[in-house]
Amino acid sequence: MATLLQIVTPEGKVFSDKVDLVVVPGAEGELGLLSLHAPLVTTLKPGELRYTKDGQEHVFAVGSGLLEVTQDSVAVLSDLAVNEKDIDEAAVEKALEAARKAYEERPDDAHPEDIVALQLAIQKAMAQLSVRRRRHHL
Amino acid sequence: MASARDIRRRIKSVKNTAQITKAMQLVAASKMKKAQDQALASRPYAKLLNEILVHLRDQTEEGSHPLLVEREGDRELLIVISTDKGLCGGLNTNLLRQLTREMTPGSRFITIGRKGRVALTKMQKELFADFHIKDPVSFAETKQIGRFVIEQFLNGDYARVRVAFTNFVNTMTQVAMIETLLPVRHLDLGKKKDFIGMGNEPEAVSQNGHGPGPAGYIFEPDAATVLETVVPQYVNYLLYQMLLESRASEHSARMVAMKSATDNAKELIKDLTLVYNKQRQAAITSELLEITTAMKALE
Repeated sequence: MATLLQIVTPEGKVFSDKVDLVVVPGAEGELGLLSLHAPLVTTLKPGELRYTKDGQEHVFAVGSGLLEVTQDSVAVLSDLAVNEKDIDEAAVEKALEAARKAYEERPDDAHPEDIVALQLAIQKAMAQLSVRRRRHHL
Repeated sequence: MASARDIRRRIKSVKNTAQITKAMQLVAASKMKKAQDQALASRPYAKLLNEILVHLRDQTEEGSHPLLVEREGDRELLIVISTDKGLCGGLNTNLLRQLTREMTPGSRFITIGRKGRVALTKMQKELFADFHIKDPVSFAETKQIGRFVIEQFLNGDYARVRVAFTNFVNTMTQVAMIETLLPVRHLDLGKKKDFIGMGNEPEAVSQNGHGPGPAGYIFEPDAATVLETVVPQYVNYLLYQMLLESRASEHSARMVAMKSATDNAKELIKDLTLVYNKQRQAAITSELLEITTAMKALE
């Protein structure tokens, strides 16, 4: 029996399909979810979400957020969700490089908001990269 | 009376203006559609978030989160969401009128959008921060503002945070509104805000067979910890929604304003052409008269 996996962000529904197994980075550690799981709500850490459908494993990079599990569905609410296939390693690396450079060379009177924005950009890029790299070298 | 050449020149310049306003009208129309689509796209997220919030509300006590606690005092943060560009009818004027009515001596301002910033500076109000949000609105940018506001609310001695924005009712109607963002009322968690109605009617929360059943959810590690994560997300989402509403309002107001500008220009061209033709006809008639008189004199 399959469970319905939904990944939604405020900018739209990223994924919705019946899958066999979902492994998510929960706040208390990784969670493997099958159908008929007890109803559960927990928080998510940024990391990689894996799901198995028809014996094939797929990966998403997800940001922090929430997880809601009912008997027949798994819903992930996150502010970032990118399919592993859609991660453009070169582009992300370039963005990371630019963000790091801007961060290191920031003027002393830089606005705190700008610094936070840069730190965020770096974190996001690194999450995407780590997912991509691990997949690649398996 | 203006000469024929002057009139011709004016017709030409009005025609150019009409072309520009027509183009702006079309651009605004497509941008408005995009903002509406964006609001629609966030609905599955809102629905799930609301479902979780409703269950959390029942399992946690009032005042269990600092963002849910009512505070005393009259110091407040007012976030003003205005437009960056003008030419959008009375949108910003209405917003500022509403704002002057509602603001108190204890208000400090955060502006999003150039028009609000300029107006508040003119009123000699204390600006606390200014943000710029690109078009289309991205959630990542909204999150930064949300985090900044939450931080200020928790560290500063503000009694509340309110947002002045323009609610998109439909293409013809936009209403300036001031809504309380923080503290979030415990009872309101998961309830539909009455300004969220863009695009489509969000359905009532839960009670549709989907849900945990009578036993309720297991919260891991516990309801309070989950609530701690959810509330900031909820605040960010509300702010995002308000920004989308404002953007859609801006574009639809601009579309309407530009449409009437184009219509006015067309009317003006019509009138000017009439005057021009009359003058031309008069000139021909008088020329003919002169020729016939000259002929008659020669006979």
